[in-house]
Amino acid sequence: MGIGKTSSKNVFVMGLVLLILILLAAAPLYASIYTVILLTSVLMYVIIAVSWTLFSGPTGYISLASAAFFGAGIYTSAILGNTLPLPLVIVLGGLISFCLALLVGALTLRLKGIYFVMFTFGLVELLLHFIMWWEVNITGTTGRVVPPVANTTVFYIMLMILVILLLTALFIRRSRYGLALQSIGENEEAASHSGVHVTALKIIIYAVSAFFMGAAGAVMATRWTYIDPTIAFNPLISFMPVLMAIFGGIQPLYGPIIGAGIFTYLEQFLITRFPYYYMLIFGIFMLVAILYMPEGLVGLAQRIWKKSSGKKHADT
Amino acid sequence: MPILEGREVTRYFGGLAAVFNVDFEVEQGEVFGLIGPNGAGKTTLFNLISAALAPKSGSIKFRGKEITGLKPYQICRMGVARTFQTVKVFGNMSVFENVLLGASFGKRNRIASADAAKEASALLEFVGLTEATAIPAKDLTLGNQKRLEVARALATRPELLLLDEMMEGLNSTEVTRAMALVKRIQESGITVIMIEHVMKAIMNVCGRIMVLHHGAKIAEGTPKEVSADKTVIEVYFGERADA
Repeated sequence: MGIGKTSSKNVFVMGLVLLILILLAAAPLYASIYTVILLTSVLMYVIIAVSWTLFSGPTGYISLASAAFFGAGIYTSAILGNTLPLPLVIVLGGLISFCLALLVGALTLRLKGIYFVMFTFGLVELLLHFIMWWEVNITGTTGRVVPPVANTTVFYIMLMILVILLLTALFIRRSRYGLALQSIGENEEAASHSGVHVTALKIIIYAVSAFFMGAAGAVMATRWTYIDPTIAFNPLISFMPVLMAIFGGIQPLYGPIIGAGIFTYLEQFLITRFPYYYMLIFGIFMLVAILYMPEGLVGLAQRIWKKSSGKKHADT
Repeated sequence: MPILEGREVTRYFGGLAAVFNVDFEVEQGEVFGLIGPNGAGKTTLFNLISAALAPKSGSIKFRGKEITGLKPYQICRMGVARTFQTVKVFGNMSVFENVLLGASFGKRNRIASADAAKEASALLEFVGLTEATAIPAKDLTLGNQKRLEVARALATRPELLLLDEMMEGLNSTEVTRAMALVKRIQESGITVIMIEHVMKAIMNVCGRIMVLHHGAKIAEGTPKEVSADKTVIEVYFGERADA
């Protein structure tokens, strides 16, 4: 909302983003290998959270299929990684997830509310068990080895995917399609009677968001080197982006970025400090976040900002 | 050729005929009223015309072209826009964005975004919401939300506008403003079909009226003819005991 209204603020945000990107891009030059690997997983989660928000944020359709699209990318890499060059594998991983999402979207985006949520989550389990069955009964071997790639290469590819994703998300938000997506979330019926081809738009944006998840999966596979269905289709990948986006805030683009960044760091921190209790602490943390920050971290910050500067909402 | 023509339009809900064998013809440029008691099938007829529902049988033609079987967005882009009985504005979007959406998507041919924005501002002025441009639609009064829906519908540049109980729940000042708005819409060359319970508005604004009862058409004609019609009086006031 209020795009272009506060252009000086936008310039500031853009500058900040650019600075962070430059600092990130230079990270392998000054940071330890451990930091670069940690940053890679932060980037991975940021990509998943931002692409999840791309579709689910404005439309309000809560998709739990992220793990399926991410996993499809991982498996593409596992199957084709030995024969094709890496860039091609990544694009293919994205495209396969894109097509999968087109198919799933065409079948399920007529469902609403909890039915859509359940179906998308079912998809993750379906793919997991189908591939498991395939590997046990047809190929006879479970699990695959993916040719490893240097840590910094993985890092740079992730960063590149993120930049392309952010540009895509920004482009969609600024175009008339951003408005249309929002109107679908507000009132689908009114949107369609105002001339929006609701079904087509939902399916295409869903597929675009899946593309980036698949591409991220294809890269990440090279870092994990050993892949089997339970690793590739980990249900946690479906839940994390939702939690991250809610934690950070869904409305502005940087909400899920901040959410994913803090979450991944927190996870690493808790795992190393409290290996036995980290899930418990994480859970309590999440509960508090949902109870006291319904609009996420960004919403909270905006509220505090408004209060301290004494700016009130104009009521006409 | 009438701008909108329905032949034996029928739709059931379960075993109940919500709209049954209704024939109608709406002429270019007129304000056509649709009245009848609650549950008569008026909104269902609107839903059939705008493709929110598909008819079980019968045909609906817009400018001589069959439009049954099309999707709502296609009907809208052909030039038939509508408002809703219970307002369906995009509550968390600004008043301007509500209208901009209609201007950006509802037309036959796509227009540049700068032109869409210009048109949206002009329409907000037309319905008298210029001051409210930047506020979220949910913060408007009911009367203004109804105006906003009209502006959003007009933004799709329709030739035919379906107004579903635009005056319901409005106070008398707002009703007068709404009546003036309908007249201005007609003057701009747009054909209007309106469902209404406010008789003052129907009698003043509509050229012709169709009366529905239990899904069937029971009368049609000028406001004068219809208000003198025996069946209509029976439906609205019950049979006269002393006749």
